[in-house]
Amino acid sequence: MTTETGKSRLIEDMKMHSGQDPNGCYQCGKCSAACPVSAALDLKPHQVLRYLQMGLENELAESKTPWVCASCFTCAARCPRDIDLARVMEGLRLSILRNRGGNKFGPAELTPEQLEKLPQQALVSGFRKYNK
Amino acid sequence: MPRTGVFICHCGTNIAGTVDIDKTVEASRNFPGVVHADEYRYLCSEMGQDIITKAIKENDLDRVVVGTCSPRMHENTFRKAAAEAGLNPYLLEVANIREHCSWVHKDMEEATPKAIALLRAAAAKAALNEALEAPRLDVEKRALVIGGGIAGIQAALDIAEAGYEVDIVEKDPSIGGRMAQLEKTFPTLDCSACILTPKMVEAAQHPNINLLTYSEVDEVKGFVGQFDVKIRQKARYVDPVKCTGCGICWEKCPSKAPSEFEMGLSKRKSIYVPFAQAVPMVPVIDRDSCLYFRKGRCQICEKECPPQAIDYEQQDEIIERRYGAIVVATGFDQLDPTIYGEYGYGQHPDILTGLEFERIFNASGPTGGKVVKLSDGKPPKKVVFIQCIGSRDKARGMNYCSKICCMYTAKQAILLKEKVPDAKSYVFYIDVRTGGKGYEEFQRRAAEEHDVAYMRGQVGKIFPEDDHLVVRGIDSLTNRNIEIKADMVVLAAATVARGDAPELGRLVGINSDSYHFFNEAHPKLKPVETHTAGIFIAGACQAPKDIPETVSQASAAAVKAIGLLSKEKLQGEACTAEVIQSDCSGCLNCEAICPYTAITPVEIEERYKDGVLKRTVAEVNPALCQGCGSCAVTCRSGSINLKGFSNDQIMAEVDAICLQR
Repeated sequence: MTTETGKSRLIEDMKMHSGQDPNGCYQCGKCSAACPVSAALDLKPHQVLRYLQMGLENELAESKTPWVCASCFTCAARCPRDIDLARVMEGLRLSILRNRGGNKFGPAELTPEQLEKLPQQALVSGFRKYNK
Repeated sequence: MPRTGVFICHCGTNIAGTVDIDKTVEASRNFPGVVHADEYRYLCSEMGQDIITKAIKENDLDRVVVGTCSPRMHENTFRKAAAEAGLNPYLLEVANIREHCSWVHKDMEEATPKAIALLRAAAAKAALNEALEAPRLDVEKRALVIGGGIAGIQAALDIAEAGYEVDIVEKDPSIGGRMAQLEKTFPTLDCSACILTPKMVEAAQHPNINLLTYSEVDEVKGFVGQFDVKIRQKARYVDPVKCTGCGICWEKCPSKAPSEFEMGLSKRKSIYVPFAQAVPMVPVIDRDSCLYFRKGRCQICEKECPPQAIDYEQQDEIIERRYGAIVVATGFDQLDPTIYGEYGYGQHPDILTGLEFERIFNASGPTGGKVVKLSDGKPPKKVVFIQCIGSRDKARGMNYCSKICCMYTAKQAILLKEKVPDAKSYVFYIDVRTGGKGYEEFQRRAAEEHDVAYMRGQVGKIFPEDDHLVVRGIDSLTNRNIEIKADMVVLAAATVARGDAPELGRLVGINSDSYHFFNEAHPKLKPVETHTAGIFIAGACQAPKDIPETVSQASAAAVKAIGLLSKEKLQGEACTAEVIQSDCSGCLNCEAICPYTAITPVEIEERYKDGVLKRTVAEVNPALCQGCGSCAVTCRSGSINLKGFSNDQIMAEVDAICLQR
C-alpha cells in the first residue's frame, strides 16, 4: 500500500513510530554480524534496512525477522551510523500490525464476558490501534 | 562635499538578472556628493577598470563606490584601478550587490530598492573614508617547521634548497615520524626506511637546516614575517657535541620502559635512541624510568660513556628566535580501539592495530622481522583484517574515512603472504577505496594473486577460544554469517589528529575542524595556507593522507613559505585600530581581548585645572594590529576606532539605509 506521494505507508509509519531513518545505513553489516539470533532470521538486520531503503514493504511485511528479533539491542549498540535498529524492528512490528486492516480487536469479535472484564481503557486503545 | 563616482556592474546576468541596473544608476545620481554614475557589463574586466580610471580623471573624482560582487572577490582589483588614477585606494568603497542582494533575491521589484539602499550606504561611508597607508614590514628570512616527519623534512629541504635557513622542531628524540615506523610503502612496496633515511640524513647535513629534536614550541608571538617563537629544547642529559652515538650507554643501561617507536610492543632502555637509523644519533635519558632519576643510584651510563657525554645536570633550554614563516607538519595518531569492546583490543596479544602489525614485519621490530604471533611466537596461519575501526563511524568514532587503511591493509596482506606463504588472509570491509595512481591495481593484486579473501561486511564480535581467536562477522553479499578461527586480528584503526593538536593550534594561532585537524584557508584554492598569514600546513595534521600526498603538500607549503621569505618587504594592514587617548578611560579591556598583543598601556600627561594629570591609556602598535576590530567593540568609552571602519562611518551607513526608505 502506497500513499498519494508514492511513499510506502508501512515504511513511513515505521519511521514515525521509531524515529529512525533507514537512509543513514551504509550496509556495513555489523548489526548482522553481532546479532545473536542472526541464524534464525530470513532477512538479516542489514537486509531489513536495505529493504526499507528500497521500499520493499511487501517483503518486509511477510518477513519473520521483526517477530524473531529478541530486542537485545546489540545491533543498536554496534551500529556505526547511530541507527537504533531495535527501534526499527519495533517500529516495523507496530506498523505491520496497524496496517493489517480488518477488525483485529473489533468489539463484535469479543464475547460479552470479555467485554465486561477488560478495562474500558484497554478496549478503546486496542480499537484505536488495531481497527484502522 | 566629496566628488563621488558610482559604478555598477551587471556581472553578466548575475546582478543584472535581478537588479534593474538603469534604475539603480539613476537613483545613484541623487545620492549626496555623487557627481558621476555609470554601469558596465563586467566591471572587473580590463575594459571595466579603464572606465573607472578614466572617469576618476575626467570628473576629478575623490571618492569611488562600486556596486559589484563581494569585496572578498574584487576589492583589490578596484583599489588598484583607483590607485592607477592617482586616488588613494582606501577612498574606494564596495557595495556588495551580488552575494548580499541579487543572488539571494528573485524579485527584481524588491532587489532593486535593496541594491540602491546598499549603494547609498556605501556612498555615505565613502564620503567619510580617509586616505590610508599600509605599513611596510620587514621579513625575517628564516622558516620554522614544526614536526620532523616526512612532511616536515620535505618542506624543510625545499625551503633550504631555495637558500633560506630552516629550523625543524621535533618533539621526539629523532626526526623520521610515522614513515620511519613503516615497513614498506604501497603501491610499489618500496622499503620505507630505505627511501626515508637518505632524506633524514640530507636534512641533518644541509647547511641551511638546523635540527631541534626533543624540542617543543612553547610560545608563538608576532605576525607574518616576524614570528617570535620560544622553543623548549628538553634536557637529553646527554651532551650532543661530545656524544659519538657509540651505543655503549644503552647497551649497559639496566632499566627498561615500553618503546614508543615500537607502539609499546617491546621495551627500550631508559637511555635510548628510538630506532637504529635515528637522526641525530644522540640518545636521551627518560627520567621516568631511569634508576638514577628515580632512586638516585646506578649512573652506569655515565661510568661507561667513553667521551663522558652524560650530564645529569642538563636543564631544558629555551631558544628564542624570529621566523618569517611557519610550516606546521605535526602528523597523526592512530585511534585507540579499546573503546570497541566487541573487538577485544588490549585483552589479547594477537589483536593488533595496523601500525602495530607494521612493526611486526620490520627487521628491527619487536619480533626481529619474523611474522609471528606475540602470544606464542608461532607464525599466524589465519589473519583477519578489519577495516573502518573508528572510521566512518558517527556513533562512537570519527565520521570521516581515514583514507589510507584500504591500501595499507592490502599491502600488509601481500607482505604476510610473502613472509608466511601458507597464511590465509581475510579482509572485512565496507567499501574498498583505492583512489590513487596504481592503487586499484595493487588492491586487486592482493585479492587475485595473493589469495586474500575480501568479505564485504563487518565483524560483530571477537573472543579467544582455546588457542585461537573466534571472529564472528558477516558477508553481506551472500548474507551469511561467517565464523573464522583466526590466529591474529589486525584492526585498521582510524587515523586521528595528534592528541596535542588543539593545544598546538591555539599556541600557533590556527584553527581546526571538529576532529582537530588543522583547517586550510580554502578547501580547493588554498590547500596549504591557513587563515593566519605566514603559517602553512602540510601532511596528515590537515587530514588523513598517504605519503605521496603528504610530500606534495609539504612541497606546496614550502613554495608558499619561500614566496613569502623572498619578499623584501611585506605590505601590512592599513585598516588598523586607533585609540582616541583623550577619551580612553584606561580600563585596558582592549589589551586583554587583542589576539595579536598589539595593545599596550602607556602613560600620558594631560592638563587638568592648573596642574598636569598623569594617567594610563591604551596604545595600538599598528605593525602588530591586524584590524580585527575586537578592541573597538570591547571599548566601553567608544574611544577606539578601526581605520576604514570608524564608528562614524558605520553610523553613516546605518543612517543612509534607515533614514531614507
